[in-house]
Amino acid sequence: MNDVHNEKGTNKNLSLFFKSSFIVSAVIIVISLILLYFTFTFDIVPPILNRGIQPATFPKALLILIIALTLLTYFISLKNPWKNEKKLPNSFYITLLSFFVFITVSKFLDFFLGIALLSIIVSYFWGERRVAYLIMVSIIFPLIVFVFFETILGLRFPPGIITNLYYG
Amino acid sequence: MENLGLIFAPLFSYKLLIVLFFGTIFGLILGVLPGLGPTTGGALILPFTMTLDPLSAIVLLTAIYCAGTYGGAITAILINTPGTPAAAATCLDGYPLAQKGEAGRALGMATVSSVIGGIASVIVLIFFAPLLANLAYEFGQPEYFALAIFGLTMLASIGEGSPIKNLIAGAFGILISTVGKDFMTSIDRFTFGINELTEGIGFIPVVVGLFAISEMLTQSTLINQIFNRVALKAVKLPSIDDYKKTWKTIIRSSGIGSFIGVLPAEGGTVASLIGYAEAKRWSKKPDDFGKGSIEGIAGAEAANNAATGGAMVPTLALGIPGSATTAVILTGLIIHGVRPGPDLFREQPEFLYGIFGSMLIANILFFILGFFGAKIFARITLVPNKLLWPMIFAVSVCGTYSLSQSIIDVWIMLLFGVIGFFMRRYGFSVVPVIIGLILGELVEGTLRQSLVIFDGNWFMFLRRPIALTFFVLSIVALSFPLIKKKKN
Repeated sequence: MNDVHNEKGTNKNLSLFFKSSFIVSAVIIVISLILLYFTFTFDIVPPILNRGIQPATFPKALLILIIALTLLTYFISLKNPWKNEKKLPNSFYITLLSFFVFITVSKFLDFFLGIALLSIIVSYFWGERRVAYLIMVSIIFPLIVFVFFETILGLRFPPGIITNLYYG
Repeated sequence: MENLGLIFAPLFSYKLLIVLFFGTIFGLILGVLPGLGPTTGGALILPFTMTLDPLSAIVLLTAIYCAGTYGGAITAILINTPGTPAAAATCLDGYPLAQKGEAGRALGMATVSSVIGGIASVIVLIFFAPLLANLAYEFGQPEYFALAIFGLTMLASIGEGSPIKNLIAGAFGILISTVGKDFMTSIDRFTFGINELTEGIGFIPVVVGLFAISEMLTQSTLINQIFNRVALKAVKLPSIDDYKKTWKTIIRSSGIGSFIGVLPAEGGTVASLIGYAEAKRWSKKPDDFGKGSIEGIAGAEAANNAATGGAMVPTLALGIPGSATTAVILTGLIIHGVRPGPDLFREQPEFLYGIFGSMLIANILFFILGFFGAKIFARITLVPNKLLWPMIFAVSVCGTYSLSQSIIDVWIMLLFGVIGFFMRRYGFSVVPVIIGLILGELVEGTLRQSLVIFDGNWFMFLRRPIALTFFVLSIVALSFPLIKKKKN
């Protein structure tokens, strides 16, 4: 990161709020501050039970350290700007969206169905158009994994519309 | 030393030999596939190890570690994409040599130097780990705290990313370890009323998320990428002339790799970069480097495989991971009820020497399989990402769910996948998060227990010579990147 100063592709000319170093540093600091606030809500141990330091002290120290180091990184980036990252393609957002589809379907319908749906979405939008291959990655392979975990490891998957059929 | 004979025990156990064989094959496959590698593979295989006894489980993981580290070279040489980060330096000369029509020679040199580096490092492990474990008998809580701090400060100097970003990532890893019930007072921290979080955030969801899922997101941005594959006829053993050119490099890099591996938090990636740089510095033909130098391949590959045994030294003797993959192995030890440290050397020598012997056999096995099967393993890279990654997702989800049978773990895995993707995008290495997570409980626990011993007096740390030494080493580790920068 330090070697990109004045190189083509650095985001030195962007306005402050669009620089990735500013956005990333701001996100880290805001999240750290929120977490720091939560550390003040932790229970306090009475002195007689308190061994060494309070339970909140260590996370507080870590969060302050993260904030300080992030500020330092940001100020260094003013001299040595970070590389300007390429815009993310649609395939990234679709993959990210498929995670939400998986979470929703596995929570409300069926765990196995969630995996199958994610697999078919990812495979299709990454360029696979052959139906046989789509069936293989979305149904046959997850089924093999499911049966393997269920029989070899004795794992019981969460109930759902398809899983219940398997368990009877 | 009286336990040395136990090294050969795995040779007489058909069960361990089968585990070793499959571990080596699996490690080679993982090493060959860009974006996977022994760390992710080890994390994915951990749930399956629950069906094995502790020794077989750790033997499987170490075989994956050894073979996976070597496997990265196959892809580095044939498609100019390192199968593992540790093979990045191998690309520099491996691919140019392959382009000249000498892919077989390049792979042959990579295979031989990897095996020599790997075996040399196991010898270091066999002799050095018991010594370090003996030293650890002198350690109390303050010394372990100082040692863990030293391990964390070493994150500043690991090869990837800026030192400050590595420290932020390490602190983030420690912060994750504070989630759940405080182990001394049972007070909830960062649980946000979610019952499942009171037990803390598991290691496996974080590792699988940071490595496998974030890599899946990275691959989603590269779906139009085309690899230029170099044809491979057969792997060729190095000629006498090649040996004459490289033997010094191989010995030097084996030493460098073993030493770097022993340092907490450092691993094969740093070792291979330093091994490569030193090979160039000592070479009679430094101008050939980057254009297909056989010494370059030998320097990088001997060093990264030598780091495997070295990294196992602090892992087994002190319970401090020497690399990201040994952090997974450490987790494997813990979930199988084995507590690494000096007591392990005294109470279960057959277990430890079984691991040492298995690592030696794994090195010989990947030599045979790599030599005769590199062409087949190289074909694995032909599996398109559009089929491979949905399958890896299915295994990741089921593997993560299986450990605690908790759907929250799966969601945590996905969350860390997204975090890991953005971390890597903006130049933060994910390895320090893993090391921080592993060391977090040790750092906080030993700090608090030390303060109880010291009656809250922080200055008492400075009255403990071993602890003071580690603190001084920590300062050196922190200032090393600055010195390096100034020197450059």
